Amino acid sequence: MNKIKSFFTALKGYPSAIFGLIIVIALVVLSIYALIKIPYAEAIRLWRGGEEVWYQNPKNVPPAWFNYFTKEKLPESFAVKVGDDGLQKVVTPGEQGTSTIEFTYDFEFDFDQFPQEMFLYLKSNYTEKNPFISVYLITPDEREIRITDTGISRQQTYRFSQDEKLVRRLKGQDVMKGLFVLPATEPIQIVKGTYTLLIQGLVFEEGSDIDVEFVMHGSTYGIAGTDHARRDLAVPLLWGAPIAMAFGLLAAVGTSVLSMSIAAIGAWYGGWLDELIQRITEINLVLPFLAILIMVGTFYSRSIWTILGVTILLSIFTGSIKTYRAIFLQVKESTYIEAARAYGANDFRIVFRYLIPRMIPLLIPTLVSSVPSYVFLEASLAVLGLGDPVLPTWGKIINDAEVNGALYKGYYYWILEPAVLLMITGLGFAMLGFALDRIFNPRLRGI
Amino acid sequence: MTPEPKSGSLGEKKKATNSTFLRVARFMSFRVIMLFITIVIGVYATIMIANMGGYVDDIMRNNIKETVNLRVAAMTANTQTSTETRKQMAEEMIALEEKRLGLDTPFMVRSFRYLSNALQLNLGRALHMVSDNGSRQVKNIILERLPATLLLMGTSQLFLFFFSVFIALALSRSYGSFWDKLVITLSPTSAAPPWFYGIFFILIFAAVFKVLPFGGMVVSPPPDNTWDYILSVLKHLILPAGSLIISSLFISIYNWRTFFLIYSSEDYVDMAKAKGLPSRDIERRYILRPTLPTIITNFALLVIGLWTGATITETVFLWPGLGRTLFRAIGFYDTPVIVGSTIIYAYLLAFTVFFLDFIYALVDPRVKIGGGK
Repeated sequence: MNKIKSFFTALKGYPSAIFGLIIVIALVVLSIYALIKIPYAEAIRLWRGGEEVWYQNPKNVPPAWFNYFTKEKLPESFAVKVGDDGLQKVVTPGEQGTSTIEFTYDFEFDFDQFPQEMFLYLKSNYTEKNPFISVYLITPDEREIRITDTGISRQQTYRFSQDEKLVRRLKGQDVMKGLFVLPATEPIQIVKGTYTLLIQGLVFEEGSDIDVEFVMHGSTYGIAGTDHARRDLAVPLLWGAPIAMAFGLLAAVGTSVLSMSIAAIGAWYGGWLDELIQRITEINLVLPFLAILIMVGTFYSRSIWTILGVTILLSIFTGSIKTYRAIFLQVKESTYIEAARAYGANDFRIVFRYLIPRMIPLLIPTLVSSVPSYVFLEASLAVLGLGDPVLPTWGKIINDAEVNGALYKGYYYWILEPAVLLMITGLGFAMLGFALDRIFNPRLRGI
Repeated sequence: MTPEPKSGSLGEKKKATNSTFLRVARFMSFRVIMLFITIVIGVYATIMIANMGGYVDDIMRNNIKETVNLRVAAMTANTQTSTETRKQMAEEMIALEEKRLGLDTPFMVRSFRYLSNALQLNLGRALHMVSDNGSRQVKNIILERLPATLLLMGTSQLFLFFFSVFIALALSRSYGSFWDKLVITLSPTSAAPPWFYGIFFILIFAAVFKVLPFGGMVVSPPPDNTWDYILSVLKHLILPAGSLIISSLFISIYNWRTFFLIYSSEDYVDMAKAKGLPSRDIERRYILRPTLPTIITNFALLVIGLWTGATITETVFLWPGLGRTLFRAIGFYDTPVIVGSTIIYAYLLAFTVFFLDFIYALVDPRVKIGGGK
């Protein structure tokens, strides 16, 4: 207990360590939140989902907070369906089984651009005679624009811009412009305020009903924006955190613990075992690390767990094993080991209870500082197109963005969001590891 | 500088040189054999991995079958050919293609052929890749890409090395100063790899400010004028070289600085200071001299590291270097190219490790070749 206390007192002397620790803790919290908020199966379904999951979203739009930085406010996307707040449904029964169903939805429009498109997703059930609807848009200045009058089938999508009749009614101009601009003004003036969408439905049968979903594709979406497949980037950004943490921590712990144990065994037993470990380390030096990972990814499996295993396997026998071995050879001669031997402790006990614990102070800083390199390794492979085929990761977002020319087309948010998260993760662990190194390595303390 | 050992008679001295020679010779031959065995095992392991123990053969066979069947279907589309003839044609073509790729011999036999050819630096022909001037020789494919990689890696790594050693020396002199603290604070930024900075650089300088190109090595079409050509290459070089440098600049300075500081806290340095030697002399003779082996090792490893290129940075910047060629070779299942790249690196590494032992003995009088551990 006292030890932990004194450790935290030492940590206080390093502001960067506190900062790094806060980032690491925040990332752990974010990861847990992601796992609880979107369960694994759901995350995969969303990430792998196509049009049928993401039809409500526009393609390639920046996040909504983008508007804080621009003079021209871009319209936000939204989608409402029956049962959601704000969309009211009033059913008035009429004669002979008919009834009128009226939907109203008020929405604020305070933007300087038109939306990309508006949709009505209509569903109805009937046996013989299909229902009929009239759609109106009531502007803030009390104009009532008739959108359409149509009979609807069981499932139907109505796209505002593609309605020829509506185009003609708006005198040939672009539908979105026609709806949101004050008529006959030059230069164009967007009418801002509360718009009301009014849908009057008429059903002709007992038990017949209409279900409506109103979707507007604006030029911004949610907290993270969307990608080329209309996917909400918040999902992979959120889920990238636990994956990056799992990959980075598992690789770091696996590599350092294994290489330390192997170094301890080699140093303790000596002889041919030690020789063998040394030779393997030298051979490993010749092997092209990245090329092998790329080969495994290309030929065998891109699964993140396979890559993790190969990464650990190739990282065990590196220079660190030689450093550990040199220190173990020194520790091996110290008196407490001799004492342990004298009371009859067996080899296994000495290695795992006496040698290795002695090295933990040295291990922890290396472990923490090596996490970013593994997190970035995963991202690097993803950038080469060898990311996990199933899981959403930050690297995969960057890869998608690169492949789809985000930088050329100006979709900067698409690359910046995962890149900033990667950067924060890397910095957090690096700063913490750096400070830990100075705390645990007295040789560096004064320097 | 080192005091000559005072030997008694001439005969004794001769005996001493003789035993030195023997010791060095024994050490050298042992070293060469060990290094060679290391290379053999390392390269054979790479060959096995590049083939996934024969798994890639199946992939290649299926690829061949598919392309040949398509080709036969296309060839016989407008002619009246019986299914029998078609089948026979396809089989002949498959056999021919498999023979060309060496798939008719079992993988084990082929792996040893690859190994012995590689060890003799007989790099052979690529399976699928072709160099820009149409050669299938692995040697030509590699040589064609080498200048691009050497230019990019050479500029960035040499600059990085000399600049960081130089700055680190200066910082170790003024330790605790503002700049020193700044470097310490910035060193965690080196956790990010070069391509990561590359993306930011492209975003800032190519996409937003439009002052530098997105990628590639020269404008298209390449200028006829040599002068313009050089200028264009330099312009394309700035961003990739800059990201390679920036991604390890601070950690490199920090490491060298810490290293120099540890050495400058040795007793003999304090002694020299007490004697009143000028700080230039202290630096050169008392700090740099004992750290020379480390500096040389780092430099040598850096120079051979140039060979491997920077796969991902080259890919992000579309730089036509060796790293990207290796990546493409893997995509084509082109074992000869992969093995060729590996064997050259292995040989370079082995030579460097071998000669470093001698260089240590040259620069550090405390080191004796083959003189125990």
